[in-house]
Amino acid sequence: MNLNLEKLNGYSVLFIKEERIDAHNSGELKEAILRMIEEGEINIILQLERVRFIDSSGLGALLSGYKNAVAKSGKFALACCKPQVLSMFELTRLNRVFEIYADLNEAFENES
Amino acid sequence: MCNSFIQVEVIIPTQTKYLKLIGSIGEHLAKELEDFSGDREALAYQLNLVLTEATTNAIQHGHYNNPKDTVRISIHIQEHEINIKVYDHGQGFNLETVALPDLEQPQEGGLGIFFIRTLMDSVTYTRQGEGNVLEIIKNLDMRPIVENHFDYR
Repeated sequence: MNLNLEKLNGYSVLFIKEERIDAHNSGELKEAILRMIEEGEINIILQLERVRFIDSSGLGALLSGYKNAVAKSGKFALACCKPQVLSMFELTRLNRVFEIYADLNEAFENES
Repeated sequence: MCNSFIQVEVIIPTQTKYLKLIGSIGEHLAKELEDFSGDREALAYQLNLVLTEATTNAIQHGHYNNPKDTVRISIHIQEHEINIKVYDHGQGFNLETVALPDLEQPQEGGLGIFFIRTLMDSVTYTRQGEGNVLEIIKNLDMRPIVENHFDYR
């Protein structure tokens, strides 16, 4: 899976450079997020601008990241979600669980 | 072109790298549908998702250890419906006992069948021969056929 991790404004921003998150790559995403948390990077923002498709396993990977970050008193937010991806959060009511921001600046302002 | 002639059959190895291919076939078919009056982009996403979830299930329920195992996917577009059949060679499961997820207490997993049930109009899973078939039907909102009426007066 094509991922890019950057440290910005005190956050670990994980850029997902894939159009699809499905059962083929969601395990890798879940592992990458867990590894970050284990290494102490507990304030995470996922930048999802490139993602135009997410399935149930992808949502599971995000939920796993959220639960593990929160369990360590960290933060887990999503930014730059496409409408199709937002619809999936609404269908599963995960929009009530995740902090979702229009862009990274909004995430930095609100999460700090 | 009449939609009733569209029939796509794909056989893939039980490997998740083919999910993108299967999903994109559904997406493309939705975008090419003639006389469809509903939300085409939404239908494209739904078919992509449902095909992805159904194929993932078939791969996971299939014989993981057998590199020669395959999943067959059949998509048939009739006049007012899309019929999807996904065949696996696994032990099968009881669709009726798959519980709806508790969306107030979200858990990882268990959403695949929920999406298929929620977004489609009919879902069945039955034993057939040496394997199983998951059959999914989506009714299509089509524009009414406008006929030419000649006035002979």
